[in-house]
Amino acid sequence: MCIYAASITRFLALSVELRNVDKVVDGMVHIHPVNLLLQDREFNVLLGATLSGKTTLLRLMAGLEKPSSGEVLFSGKNVTGVSVQKRNIAMVYQEFINYPNFSVFDNIASPLRVAGKKPDQIKQEVGEIAELLRLSEFLDRDIASLSGGQQQRIALARALVKRASLVLLDEPLANLDYKLREQLREELPRLFVASGSTVVYATSEPEEALMLGGHIAMLHEGKVVQYGKTTDIYRRPGNLESARIFSHPPINVTTIVKSSGVIAIPGVTEWQCPEVFRDRPDGEYLLGIRPHHLSLTSPERDARLVTISGTVQLAEISGSVSLVHMRINGNDWISESGGIHPHSIGESIKVYMHLDGCLYFDRDGTAIY
Amino acid sequence: MRNSNRSVSIPLHQRLVPAVYILFLMLPIYWLLSMSFKTTNEILGGFSFFPQDFTLENYMEIFTDPTWYRGYLNSITYVVINTVISVTVALPAAYAFSRYRFLGDKHLFFWLLTNRMAPPAVFALPFFQLYAAIDLYDTHIAVALAHCLFNIPLAVWILEGFMSGVPKQLDEMAYIDGYSFPQFFVRIFMPAIASGIGVAAFFCFMYSWVEMLLSKTLTSVAAKSIAATMTRTASTAGYELGLLAAAGALTIIPGAIVIYFVRNYIARGFSLGRV
Repeated sequence: MCIYAASITRFLALSVELRNVDKVVDGMVHIHPVNLLLQDREFNVLLGATLSGKTTLLRLMAGLEKPSSGEVLFSGKNVTGVSVQKRNIAMVYQEFINYPNFSVFDNIASPLRVAGKKPDQIKQEVGEIAELLRLSEFLDRDIASLSGGQQQRIALARALVKRASLVLLDEPLANLDYKLREQLREELPRLFVASGSTVVYATSEPEEALMLGGHIAMLHEGKVVQYGKTTDIYRRPGNLESARIFSHPPINVTTIVKSSGVIAIPGVTEWQCPEVFRDRPDGEYLLGIRPHHLSLTSPERDARLVTISGTVQLAEISGSVSLVHMRINGNDWISESGGIHPHSIGESIKVYMHLDGCLYFDRDGTAIY
Repeated sequence: MRNSNRSVSIPLHQRLVPAVYILFLMLPIYWLLSMSFKTTNEILGGFSFFPQDFTLENYMEIFTDPTWYRGYLNSITYVVINTVISVTVALPAAYAFSRYRFLGDKHLFFWLLTNRMAPPAVFALPFFQLYAAIDLYDTHIAVALAHCLFNIPLAVWILEGFMSGVPKQLDEMAYIDGYSFPQFFVRIFMPAIASGIGVAAFFCFMYSWVEMLLSKTLTSVAAKSIAATMTRTASTAGYELGLLAAAGALTIIPGAIVIYFVRNYIARGFSLGRV
């Protein structure tokens, strides 16, 4: 085990592989057996709702928890039994965790001190990172005297300064105010990937995941339902769960019926069966349509559309986007359109459904392409 | 005179109640101090609110007579030994209760507290017999160990409360940064709960300082405690009430000094570290 540990610290970036890893606590399954290979120097996102197992997965990678069975491999080497201290990782928590009795400088310097670096080298490296995260002026301050945003930047600085092979970020921006979140969200992938680390970033926000890019693992109730490039998965989710996790506001799902080249939402509308679907047997399928593919305004002329009418249940206008919740033939749908479109409750309206935005699924939720 | 507005707005009878209450609390302490500056004859002679014949004789005697000042030194010695033992032992125990789940942890934790529910008199006889048998009778360590019986559980409870107020992620953060457990515990965790350690030490100090029955039973000459010295009402010289009053006044001082350092955290100590 010690030989492994020594060789791990020599690698800089590393790939992380979970091989049949699961986690059962007191008979409750927290993580179903997972097989996942995260490439080195990649920015990886774990996306899933609260309690979907994101934090547990991160903790398994960190070694803070032992898998009930299966193996964790760093660059092909089994590290399942290797202690946290020897894994050369860094982690940032959602709550702002810093050493309360250390100054800002000592907080950032802490991993370097433990590693036994020389004082002037520590000073230089901490100075550089502090500059990068705009913390230079706070270095002598007490942790308790700083705001949440500053505290989280210190935690991020400590993770960066270590130049760890693997950096685990557990919803690091969730407790920050909006502006700071936007700004750090832009900078984080750049900072960490430039430092040569493999990054795993857990978040519950689909939009954040999209902005971060890289690769993404979709988590649902302790299962990894899909892993791949973020943009690919957003455009072509492999299953209904992925589509659901990756849609905000929530994706509209309804039952459709295919019969002889025509697809119908019973009692609502119908359209020509798309190419990929043609060879499938007739019968019931599922349709997923993201809210922004249901627009209140008639879009450009050559888009393939069908119109659907319903009654307004609730209309929300946030800035320049209008969200309309409506009832269509007994089902609740959400439409999202750019611009301000005031509607009153109970009003009958017409929405345009983009056929190119339709996602088709089997009855068991597997996507059809 | 920033407060003048506020004091005007409080009616007299509302100010009277706390004033009377505080007076009532202070009276015995005043009486003790007043007595300590009187001669025994004056005390026995009649009622007087102030010392008529002001004297420092009583204090002089305590500081010069070894049977008196050794009592203080003996007490301080076993109290400090006890405080050090109690806090040192309670720290890892409290950490275990705070951070880990193990078989019967809750029962064990509660059982600790029940040790405080039995009166010390229950333990006086077994301790006396045991210490006499193993040659610990009349030593400082004997009293210090006997007091551990209530002070360790108390310290564990107080420290556990403070420790549970520190997020577990702090521990993990330290391991991730590369600290070993002992490094983390001494360099990061103990400073983080420093106030809790102070409060636990204070409570151990106080309980050990004021406990009389065990300290009196377990010592005779060499380690005789101040409580034992003080509670003899008569000596060969007859009644020495002034002297006793001076001794009593002096026993308040160590507690007052210790309480000064933890004055901001005492309330959390009484709630056993729980917020």
